[in-house]
Amino acid sequence: MVLVTSGPGATNAVTGLTDALLDSIPLVVICGQVATHLIGTDAFQEADTVGITRACTKHNWLVKDVADLPRVMHEAFQIATTGRPGPVVIDIPKDVQFKKGAYIGPASVKHRTYRVKSDPDLGQIVKAIELMAAAKKPLFYTGGGIVNSGPVASKLLRELAALTGFPVTSTLMGLGAFPASDPQWLGLVGMHGTYEANQAMHDCDLMICLGARFDDRVTGKIDLFSPGSKKIHLDVDPSQINKNVRVDVPIVADATKALKEMLHFWKTQKKQVDKAALKDWWKQIDLWRGKKSLDYKQSSTLIKPQYAIDRLYELTRGRNVYITTEVGQHQMWAAQRFKFEEPNRWMTSGGLGTMGYGLPAAVGVQMAHRDALVIDIAGEASVQMTMQEMSTAVQYDLPIKVFILNNEYMGMVRQWQQLLHGGRYSHSYSEALPDFVKLAEAYGGVGLRASTPDELDAKIIEMIDSPKPVLFDVRVDPKENCYPMIPSGKAHNEMILSDAMEEETVVSDEGKMLV
Amino acid sequence: MRAPTERHTIAVLVDNEAGVLARVVGLFSGRGYNIESLTVAEVDHAAHTSRVTVVTSGTPEVIEQIEAQLRRLVPVHSVVNWTTAAPGIEREMALVKVAGTGDKRAEAQRISAIFRAHIVDTTHNSFVFEITGAPEKIDNFVDLMRPLGLVDVSRTGVAAISRGPEAM
Ligand SMILES: Cc1ncc(C[n+]2csc(CCOP(=O)(O)OP(=O)(O)O)c2C)c(N)n1
Ligand SMILES: [Mg+2]
Repeated sequence: MVLVTSGPGATNAVTGLTDALLDSIPLVVICGQVATHLIGTDAFQEADTVGITRACTKHNWLVKDVADLPRVMHEAFQIATTGRPGPVVIDIPKDVQFKKGAYIGPASVKHRTYRVKSDPDLGQIVKAIELMAAAKKPLFYTGGGIVNSGPVASKLLRELAALTGFPVTSTLMGLGAFPASDPQWLGLVGMHGTYEANQAMHDCDLMICLGARFDDRVTGKIDLFSPGSKKIHLDVDPSQINKNVRVDVPIVADATKALKEMLHFWKTQKKQVDKAALKDWWKQIDLWRGKKSLDYKQSSTLIKPQYAIDRLYELTRGRNVYITTEVGQHQMWAAQRFKFEEPNRWMTSGGLGTMGYGLPAAVGVQMAHRDALVIDIAGEASVQMTMQEMSTAVQYDLPIKVFILNNEYMGMVRQWQQLLHGGRYSHSYSEALPDFVKLAEAYGGVGLRASTPDELDAKIIEMIDSPKPVLFDVRVDPKENCYPMIPSGKAHNEMILSDAMEEETVVSDEGKMLV
Repeated sequence: MRAPTERHTIAVLVDNEAGVLARVVGLFSGRGYNIESLTVAEVDHAAHTSRVTVVTSGTPEVIEQIEAQLRRLVPVHSVVNWTTAAPGIEREMALVKVAGTGDKRAEAQRISAIFRAHIVDTTHNSFVFEITGAPEKIDNFVDLMRPLGLVDVSRTGVAAISRGPEAM
């Protein structure tokens, strides 16, 4: 739920709405609007809010008559939260806000057109499990749809994975649906995914896509994407089927319901996996794992960003932790290295890549989970986009922890300028960063700083133990790049790893255009 | 290799609520789809439903996406592709103004009779023809009128309906 004022309030909400649309996050935004008789006159703080937000909402309404308000409210919550969730906007003119009307309950509202197909077609389920039983090199490719479907979907995924012994990888949005401690977990897939996850995507003979959408950050160059595999695609949104990649067995359904049926048919039809083939497949995967693609060169003088995340993970282990992030290298390192065991523990801006997401997201999470340890893994550039929410955190006594991997660069931009623009760095270095410790104090929070690896642990513990909102300025190696990486225009089996990388230009001219 | 583009006529039955046309049109522009023609009018005043008929072009994959994306719009009741799903009848109406005198004027009138166009306005030196038919027929008629003094064309865009007793 978001409440914003007319005009600038509504336009400020556009980024959040687009973010929620791309990541399928239910959001009901209520906007003020000028009085109905002023609409269209360029009145003070007037904006065509339904016009502006039409392209970044699942649906929106301008309520011109108070009699429509209860129906619209109920429809809004239904549309935002069901099917593929998403953001909606209700624009309410000032005169309508002041009017009285009769309330009707949700039970008496039936939408004229909106319907959700959530029950799977059982014929498709049977086809899917037949492919699974025949597969020699299968792979679960899971996404945010599993998380959105609710915690039961994650349980069922775990059951199905245990029953089949198939390897599991996930998109950025799906992290936590499958436990990172499980031996079947291959890690993150895609542009900054692990070597084993991406090689398995490329070489598998059966891809079981559950609640993911073949996004370009996942597929790499689409014509070279997993050329030899049959593909099963489960999605609650029919428009995702065959959008980027043609699939063999589409299943349009809610993930929980579909997974339940898959398990049911697998068991009742007494399906068996091809054990011998699976053994060879795992042997191959273990070879890929042997590359240790997340390794990095440790330093005794500089804090490596990877090291900082590893220490944060170790020192917060076993606690009730929620992680949010900003956008950039720090986000990718967090996704690669922080081990999530449960869904809904990881909040990040995936589809839109919105710098500034993490701090306000942490405020929201802390509000919902008062006693939890809520940490925004941040970049020093991103976090300044919404830094003012520190004031909200202080006002509402929300002890969020902002763990800033301060490399003084818009690191992800610097990395791309290095790889794609021949090292012609432009506007990616921040020469006028604030003193984050003083900034924290100015807000009434706590400021911390660590500059060497040996002081890091104690400071992390101090951060965790602080009862207040904390800005922790972790001074990390400014030049570290995020690997592995599938350069634009390349296939999954053409990843670059950390040592191979340093000086050669590996991105083709065609790839540079793709970005 | 990209598949060749095809022309498709798609009917969309929508709730006639404020902004619904903008949603349909915005979907096409936002996702980079083509609109070759578009007609819209309320078809059931009691039920407040409107029918939008869009002629679009794209590869079969793109056409499949267009249909799926249209179905995703909240006020959409149903979507039918008259080119693939059900063989339909397509008609378009045009008003065509031709100015001229003498032989050219006589020739314009002669051709209009062949095309079964009606003359709905006439002055000593102009005609307005009303012509109905498939879009190609109207294209041909307009091409023939060009050297005969064509001055203005107004076309409705395509309306389409299925054959047989069923509704869309
Ligand atoms: C609002 C917004 N503007 C620009 C970008 C493009 N962008 C992606 S990452 C990045 C740099 C982020 O820098 P920082 O927060 O310091 O993170 P780092 O990569 O250094 O870890 C930029 C500018 C974006 N994603 N969002
Ligand atoms: Mg940075």
